[in-house]
Amino acid sequence: MKKPFELHADYQPESFEFNKAGKKQVEKLVALYPKGKQQSAVMPLLDLAQRQVAEEGAKASPPYGGWIPRAAMDHIAEILDMPEIKVYEVASFYSMYNMAPVGKYLVQLCTTTPCWLCGSDDIVKACTDHLGIGMNETTKDGLFTLMEVECLGACVNAPMVQINDDYYEDLTADSMKELLDVLAEGLKPKIGSQKGRKSSMAITGPTSLEKEAKKAGVV
Amino acid sequence: MLSDSDRIFTNIYGFEGPDLKAAQKRGDWDKTKDILKKGKEWIIEEMKSSGLRGRGGAGFPTGMKWSFMPKESDGRPHYLVVNADESEPGTCKDRDILRNEPHKLLEGCLIAGFAMGAHTAYIYVRGEYYNENSAMWKAIEEAYDKGLLGKNAAGTGWDFDVIMHRGAGAYICGEETALIESIEGKKGQPRNKPPFPAMAGLYSCPTTVNNVETIAVVPTILRRGGSWFSALGLNERNAGTKLFCISGHVNQPCNVEEEMGIPLKELIEKHCGGVRGGWENLKAVIPGGSSTPLMPKDVCDHIHMDFDSLKEVGTGLGTAGVIVMDQDTDVIQAICRLSQFYMHESCGQCTPCREGAGWLWRVMKRMVAGNATIDEIDMLYEVTKEIEGHTICALGDAAAWPVQGLIKHFRSEMEHRIVEYRKAAA
Repeated sequence: MKKPFELHADYQPESFEFNKAGKKQVEKLVALYPKGKQQSAVMPLLDLAQRQVAEEGAKASPPYGGWIPRAAMDHIAEILDMPEIKVYEVASFYSMYNMAPVGKYLVQLCTTTPCWLCGSDDIVKACTDHLGIGMNETTKDGLFTLMEVECLGACVNAPMVQINDDYYEDLTADSMKELLDVLAEGLKPKIGSQKGRKSSMAITGPTSLEKEAKKAGVV
Repeated sequence: MLSDSDRIFTNIYGFEGPDLKAAQKRGDWDKTKDILKKGKEWIIEEMKSSGLRGRGGAGFPTGMKWSFMPKESDGRPHYLVVNADESEPGTCKDRDILRNEPHKLLEGCLIAGFAMGAHTAYIYVRGEYYNENSAMWKAIEEAYDKGLLGKNAAGTGWDFDVIMHRGAGAYICGEETALIESIEGKKGQPRNKPPFPAMAGLYSCPTTVNNVETIAVVPTILRRGGSWFSALGLNERNAGTKLFCISGHVNQPCNVEEEMGIPLKELIEKHCGGVRGGWENLKAVIPGGSSTPLMPKDVCDHIHMDFDSLKEVGTGLGTAGVIVMDQDTDVIQAICRLSQFYMHESCGQCTPCREGAGWLWRVMKRMVAGNATIDEIDMLYEVTKEIEGHTICALGDAAAWPVQGLIKHFRSEMEHRIVEYRKAAA
């Protein structure tokens, strides 16, 4: 189970409302589920709220990343006609909902066995050294939060991290630091393999489907 | 080695686009209507004869699973739910299907949905796969635009909708009833069975939950015939092709589609450039994702990668997430990290798992240091036996098995660690 729900997080805004685009999105998301089963939309709506907060946070100084204020959960409970506690339960159960503010870039480091075998300790060290913070800490400029997470499902491209929505794979300590530098400059690094290989193919070239690879100009 | 002409996932690495036009060139959505015309019974029988067993870990025969759905609706809708909550450490195959072969999955949904009387499929994708989820939505939109989904999907006369539902970080939602709870907008805590989902699943309606790979291979099996699929592999109980994910200490980790029952050594040497430092440098392999007990090298030397061969040696094919460890590996730490994983992912519902998984991790941490007594190894084993089989879902078992495998095969290393620790302390 994830860390306990921090009911008294340091900062909680008074109110929350979805913005204009968000409201439209709420309607669309609720309509994906059968009539009367609108509670199914609680996860998409929590995600939407977190994204809206991230959008606002990107413009703030210092910046911050997506998280879910209590007021947003209450608002979602009202929209979906469900008890507030049921929304808190869901929000606190799943690890991707942040219950307290995080940095603009949430660096989630996979350290589960397949990544660990391939040197995730070095990646963790590269991050903590380079940013001067520990796990579950945020840099003073509000840019980065480090978080250790469980298997992210990209094991043949280990070691890897997820930063906000994107996976960065086949990392080394150097390429990890470079990634952080590029992000700090406000640029967008190339996602996926940092060694330039095509998805989950063997790095030296495909061991099957060679004809297809040639046709596509991969080898 | 499997020949390319027998490979189902010809775009698994994304050499071509995932888009509909490219997918159709590869043969997806080819005369889907003709397959549905043959009727539900034919489809289910053909799936049974193909010998396909679920690709999500448990290996239950797919055709039989579909046949458990009520033949006629009692007024309640039927649902197909696709499990794309790929989270078993060592496993990353469904991700490649979602991002590179989305139309195989969508066509499979239509066929499977029709066969079980469902007009709606929910695909539950793990929340971290944000880009893969977006790729699927894009493919779904294309399919609606071309009339392959929606009313009279693909001209079959069958109305069919597909909806993506994104999770938000919870391994347990890969358990089918936890997944259903999650779609219903609740915490992902597994349900007691019975009732089984085929009787009362999503919204208390008849539901079948299948893995991504299981559904994505359906169209090709039905086009080429169940007998084509069952002729591949080791035997009829271990038939067909399978996506393997090989991670850890190999020279070239990769995903690859191979024949069921391929020798492990051949899999690693042909597709992964061998074990780091050579085959003799191999220490152990976890064959089917983190929950399957590891095998020491002498078992790896001759083992075939299929359900029954692996079961015979006390482990399992699971998801075919192969985790390779060389001689330099601290195998106690490798398993300890998995204990940490299961502690983190326990949903907290059943006491043996909630308390036991954390207890295993704490003792395993001491075993890593050697700060334990020899008889605590026996106690550790006994506690895994108290967790195993005493919980609502298989997460308790999954927490117990890796530790059991370690004690079975590397007990001497654990004892040695304890002795060394004592020496250093004295």
